[in-house]
Amino acid sequence: MRIHFKTSYEHDIRLFPDWWSFFVYAILIAIAVVLPWLIDDFFIGEVTNVLIWAIAGLGLMMLTGQTGQASLGHAAFLALGCYSCIIFMEQGLPFLIAFPAAGVLTGVIGTIIAIPAIRLHGIYLAIATMAISILADDIIVLMEPITNGVSGKFAPVINIFGIEIERWTTPDRFYWLVLAVTIICTLIYRNILRSPLGRAFAAVRDSEVSAMAMGIHISRTKAIAFGFSCAITGLAGALMGFFAGAFNNETFSIVISITLLMMIVIGGLGSIHGAFFGAVVVAFLPQFLSIAKETVIGGGVAIPGLETGVFGMILILFILFEPMGIYGRWMKIRIWFELFPFARKDMFKRQKSYLKTERLR
Amino acid sequence: MSNLLEINNATLKFGGVVAVNDLTFSVEEGEVYAIVGPNGAGKSTVFNLISRFYGPYAGSINFDGNNLLERDADSVADLGIARTFQNIELFDHATVLQNLLVGRHRHRNTNLMQEMLFTSKVRREEKKHREAVEEVIDFLDLQPYRDKMIAGLPYGVRKVVELGRALASGPRLLLLDEPASGLSVEETQDMRWWIDDIRKQMGITVLMVEHDMGLVSGVSDRVLALADGAKLAEGTPAQVQSDPAVIEAYLGAGAA
Repeated sequence: MRIHFKTSYEHDIRLFPDWWSFFVYAILIAIAVVLPWLIDDFFIGEVTNVLIWAIAGLGLMMLTGQTGQASLGHAAFLALGCYSCIIFMEQGLPFLIAFPAAGVLTGVIGTIIAIPAIRLHGIYLAIATMAISILADDIIVLMEPITNGVSGKFAPVINIFGIEIERWTTPDRFYWLVLAVTIICTLIYRNILRSPLGRAFAAVRDSEVSAMAMGIHISRTKAIAFGFSCAITGLAGALMGFFAGAFNNETFSIVISITLLMMIVIGGLGSIHGAFFGAVVVAFLPQFLSIAKETVIGGGVAIPGLETGVFGMILILFILFEPMGIYGRWMKIRIWFELFPFARKDMFKRQKSYLKTERLR
Repeated sequence: MSNLLEINNATLKFGGVVAVNDLTFSVEEGEVYAIVGPNGAGKSTVFNLISRFYGPYAGSINFDGNNLLERDADSVADLGIARTFQNIELFDHATVLQNLLVGRHRHRNTNLMQEMLFTSKVRREEKKHREAVEEVIDFLDLQPYRDKMIAGLPYGVRKVVELGRALASGPRLLLLDEPASGLSVEETQDMRWWIDDIRKQMGITVLMVEHDMGLVSGVSDRVLALADGAKLAEGTPAQVQSDPAVIEAYLGAGAA
C-alpha cells in the first residue's frame, strides 16, 4: 500500500506526484529512447504510428476530454497541418521552422473557425465540425495549384542541421523525432492542466453557468481550447504526412475524424493516458485483426468492413461497461493493487448524481 | 453605512410573465440581507439579474458605483460578486481543491504562454492561490474532502464546497441562493455560524435567498419579502414576519 504524504503545496503542483512515479516515467522514456535497438524496423514504424496517433489524440482530448466540446472535424486540421508543413518546406523553409509554423497556422485557423462554431452545443457542434471535415476534401481539390489536388503530394526529406530524416530509409531517426514531439506536446498539455487555464477548461465542461459566475469568459475559453487542440492536431497531421510519405485529398477523410473521436473515448476521456491507450488500440487493431483472420480462416479471404465492425463493437462495449475507457480500467486495477487487500468490489460503483433541473441553458 | 448594491425599478418579463416587477431595494455594506417569498416569487430571478444571466427589461443595477448592466456575466465576478446556486452547480469531474481554485480565476494574472511553459511566475501564483484556498478550507472544515471528486460527495458537503468556491474568489458581495435547502438541522446550524463569521470576520456583505425562517431571522439584518416579482415588505425579520401582507401571501387571505 502506497501513501502520499504531502508536506507542501508543491506536492500538488509538481509534474510528478512523488519519486516513484518520476522513476516509472523516467524508465518509460528511457525504454522509448533505446527502442530502435531493441526491435526491428517494422515494429519501430508501428510504434511511430502509435505515437503520431497519440499526439492527434492529445489534440482532440484537449477539446473533447478537457473542455467538453465534441469535434468531428479534426481530420481537416490534420490535413491543414500536413499540407501547410510540407508546402512551407517546399518554399524552402527548414523543417525546424516549417513544423512549428504549421502548428501555429492550424491553431490560428482552428480558432477562427471555432468562433462561430462554439455557439453550438453538444451534438450540434459535432455536426457543424463534421461539415468542416467534409469540406476539407473539396477545398484540397479546389486549391489544386497549391495542394496538387487528387494527385497529391510527396513528403520531402526532413533535414535538421544536416541530419537527414526519412520514414523509410532512417525509421529510427524519424521515430526519435516523433518521440520528441510527443514528449513536448505531453508536457505542454500537462502544464496547461495544472494551471488556471486547465481549470477553466474543466469549469466550462462541467457547468458553463457557474464558470461564468466565477469570471470565466466562456467563448474565449472555448476558442483557446479549440486553438490549442487544432495546433497539436496540426503537428500530428504534419507527422502523419511524413509517415505516409504520400498523401492527397482522401488521406484525411471523415473516417479519420471519427476514428480519432472513438480513439479518445476508448482510451478514456479527460486523461493524457487515455490518448496513448486509445492510440495503441487504433494503431494495432488492423494488424491484430489481419493476424487473427489469417490464423482463424486462412489468408487471402477479404472480409469487407471487418475492421470498422470490430472497432464499432469495441466502442459500444466500452460505452456500456467502462465509460471511463481503458484509462478508467487501468486506474481500477492500479488502485486494487495499491490498496491490497482492502479494495472492495463496489468501490467504483457509479453513483447516481442529483438531478440538475432549472439549467439556465 | 453606504449602499453596496442598488437595484432601482428593475423589471423583467419573460413573454407575458412578469418575473420581477418594478423592484427597488438596496443592500448596505457589511449587512446580511435576506430575500424571502413563496415559490415563483422571483427570488432567484433577482440573483440572475445581478449575475447578469438575464438582462432587465427596465431599471438599473449598481454595484459600488459601477453600472452592472454595462457588464457581461463573466465580468461581474471581477467586481467582487460571488454566488452560489440553488441547484448546486459545481464542476463534478474535478476535485474539491480544483473547484475552489476555479473560484480564484478572477485573480489569474498569468498569460497563455507562461502557463504553457509553467514558468516560475505561474508556480508562484499557483502557491498564492493555494494559500488563499487553504484558508477557505480551514474556515469551512473541508480538510477531509480536499482531494475528493465532487461526483462522489454527499449533498451537504457539496453545498459547503459551493460556498467555499464563492468565498475563494475573495468577494465583497456574496450571493447565497438557498444556502440551507436540503441541509440537516446540524448542517443548517453550521451554515448559520458560517454566514455570521463571513460577515463579522471577513467583512463580506451577504445577500441571500432562503426559505428557512429560523436561519433568516437568526442571521439577517434586513429582510425583503417578495411575491409575484414585487416587493411586499421590507424591514427587520420580526417586522416582515408580522407584516399582514406577507402572512396573506404565504397563508392566503383571512389568515391574518
